[in-house]
Amino acid sequence: MKNPIAVRVDDLTVAYNYKPVLWDIDLEIPEGVLMAIVGPNGAGKSTLIKSILGIIKPIAGSISIYDKPYKKQRELVAYVPQKGSVDWDFPTTAQDVVLMGTYGDLGWIKRPGSKEKKLALEALEKVGMLAFKNRQISQLSGGQQQRIFLARALVQNASIYFMDEPFQGVDASTEIAIINILKELRKSGKTVVVVHHDLQTVPEYFDWVTFLNVKKIATGPVKDIFNDDNLTKTYGINYKVAINK
Amino acid sequence: MNFSEYFSLLFSDYTLRTISLGTALLGAICGMLGSFAVLRKQSLLGDAISHAALPGIALAFLITGAKDSNVLLLGALVSGLIGTFWIRSMVTKTHLKSDTALGLVLSLFFGFGMLLLTFIQKQPNANQAGLDKYLFGQAATLIEKDVQILLLVTTASLFILLLFWKEFKILLFDVEYANTLGFNTKFLDILITFLIVLAIVLGLQTVGVVLMSAMLLAPAAAARQWTNKLSVMVGLAAIFGAFSGVMGTAISASQNNLSTGPVIVLIAGCFVFISFVFSHKRGLLLREYKFRQNRRELHHNKTLLFMYEIAKDHKNIEHPHAIKILNNFYGFTVKTLKQLETKEFILISGQNWSLTKKGYYQATTMFMQNEIKNDNTTN
Repeated sequence: MKNPIAVRVDDLTVAYNYKPVLWDIDLEIPEGVLMAIVGPNGAGKSTLIKSILGIIKPIAGSISIYDKPYKKQRELVAYVPQKGSVDWDFPTTAQDVVLMGTYGDLGWIKRPGSKEKKLALEALEKVGMLAFKNRQISQLSGGQQQRIFLARALVQNASIYFMDEPFQGVDASTEIAIINILKELRKSGKTVVVVHHDLQTVPEYFDWVTFLNVKKIATGPVKDIFNDDNLTKTYGINYKVAINK
Repeated sequence: MNFSEYFSLLFSDYTLRTISLGTALLGAICGMLGSFAVLRKQSLLGDAISHAALPGIALAFLITGAKDSNVLLLGALVSGLIGTFWIRSMVTKTHLKSDTALGLVLSLFFGFGMLLLTFIQKQPNANQAGLDKYLFGQAATLIEKDVQILLLVTTASLFILLLFWKEFKILLFDVEYANTLGFNTKFLDILITFLIVLAIVLGLQTVGVVLMSAMLLAPAAAARQWTNKLSVMVGLAAIFGAFSGVMGTAISASQNNLSTGPVIVLIAGCFVFISFVFSHKRGLLLREYKFRQNRRELHHNKTLLFMYEIAKDHKNIEHPHAIKILNNFYGFTVKTLKQLETKEFILISGQNWSLTKKGYYQATTMFMQNEIKNDNTTN
C-alpha cells in the first residue's frame, strides 16, 4: 500500500484502575481501507477506538490523524458508538439525532439551520430512513436505531469513520444495507474502521483486519493475514474457523 | 378563606402575592432543571444535594450569627456543592456505584446537619429559633428580596439553557459523541449541575431539605409522559412546577395550619399520577386500551380466517353456513360475530353466517400476507 497513513497509533497503553486493557499498541491504518478490528470480549477493541477519539485518556502513547493530533483534526473524523451506549427513550426524533452530526461543524451556541436540516434529510435517505424522520427514537427497531446512528456519522462528512459494532443486533437486510454504505464510503476514498464480531463475514466485508487481544496480534490485508495462525493467537489454542476462500 | 377569596386576595394582598410569586418561580425553575436531572438519570442527586445543604445552613448561622436567609442559603450552596463534588469523585475514583455514593453523602451530611441544629438549639441566646424551618420549609417566610433572587436565578437559568440548548441536548443523549465533536462536556456537566444545586438551595426555604427532591422530579416526570420532544418537556415541567407552587400556596393559605411545602409537593404528585394514568402518549389507560384493542383484532382476524377456510371451497363465497360449525374453533364468541357483522365482514341470519364480499376480500388479503410471512420464515 502506497496510500498515506490516515491513523497512526504509537506505543498506546490504556488501563482502567490497575489492569491494562491495551498494552503497547502500534498501529498504522492506511487511507482508503475498510478495516475490521477483531478480538475476543475484553480485548480492548472499543477502548482502542475510544482512545483514538480522545474519549479515553491513555497512560502512555500517542495518536495522530494524518500526522496531527486528533484535537486538530476533529472535522476529519466521524464516530458511530455502540447502539447500547445511549438511552433510546430520550425525548427526541430520528431527524434530531441525525442533526447532532452537524453540531461539530456548527461549534458552540450556533443552532442548526435549514442547511443542516437538508444534510440530515439526505443522510436519512442514504440509510433508507427518510420515512421515519419524525419518529420518536424509542419507537424504532434496533436495526433502525443503528441506521440512525450511521446517518448521524454520515452527516459529519468525514474522511475517517470509526464504528463500534454497527452490526450488533441488526437483521440481515440492515446488515447488508450498512455494509453497502461502508463499501461505498471506501470507494469514495474514505477510511472506515469497524469493531466487528462475526469472523465469518470478515473476508467478505473487509479488506483489512487488525487482530487485537490487549496486545496487537497482527494487522494487514485480509487476504494475507486472516488465517488460522492469527485467529488462534488471538482467540486461544482451539480456535477453528472456516475461512471462505 | 376559600379559593375565590384567595384569588381575589392574590392581587390585593402583598404578602400572599409575594409568596405565590415565589412558589411559582421556584416551581418553574425546579421543573425546568429537574427535566435535565431526570433525563441524566440523576434523579437522586437532588435528594442528596438538598440534604447535603443542611450542615451549610447550620454552619453559616454558627459563624455569622445572623439569620438573614441569603447568608444561610450561601452556606447551603457551599455545602451542597461540596456534597456534589464528593459524590462525583467517589464515583470516578473508587469502585462505588453512584447510588452508594449518593446514599452515603445524603445521610452523612444530613446527620452532621442535624447534629449542628440540635447543638444550636441548646445555645442560650434566643436568636436560634426558626432554623428548623429549613427541614420542611416555610413559604410564609418568603419576602420580596427572596422573590427577586428567585426571579434573577430563574431568568439566568433560562438564558443559559437557551444559549447552550444544543450542547445540553447532546450532553444528555450521548456524552461520548459530544466529546468527539469537540464539546467540553466537563464544563457543560459542571454548568448544569451547578444550576441544579442552585435551584435546590433556593427551594430549601420554601419546601425544605426533606421534600426538595420531589419538587425537582415530580414536574419533570409528569411532563415526560405528555411529549416526545425535549423542549416541550422542559416547558411543560416548568408550567407544572409553577402551577403546583401557586396551587399549593392557595390551598395552604385557605386552610389554616397546612404547611405549604408538603402541599406543593402533593399537588406536584397529583400531576404525576394524572400524567401516568391519562397521558395520550404513554399513559397506563392508553396502554391498556391498545392492548385490548390488539387482542380483539387478533380474535377477529383468527375467526375471519377460519371462516375464509370454510367458505373458499364453495363456488359462491356468500353461501351461508351454520354457526355450529364454528364451535370446534376455540377463539370465537358471540361478541366476535356481532362485531364482525358491524364491520360488514359477515352477515348473520338465524343460525347461519355468510361472508360478505368485503369480508372475503379482507380475509384474502390477510391470508396472502400470512403466506408471504410463512415463505419468508422458511427461506
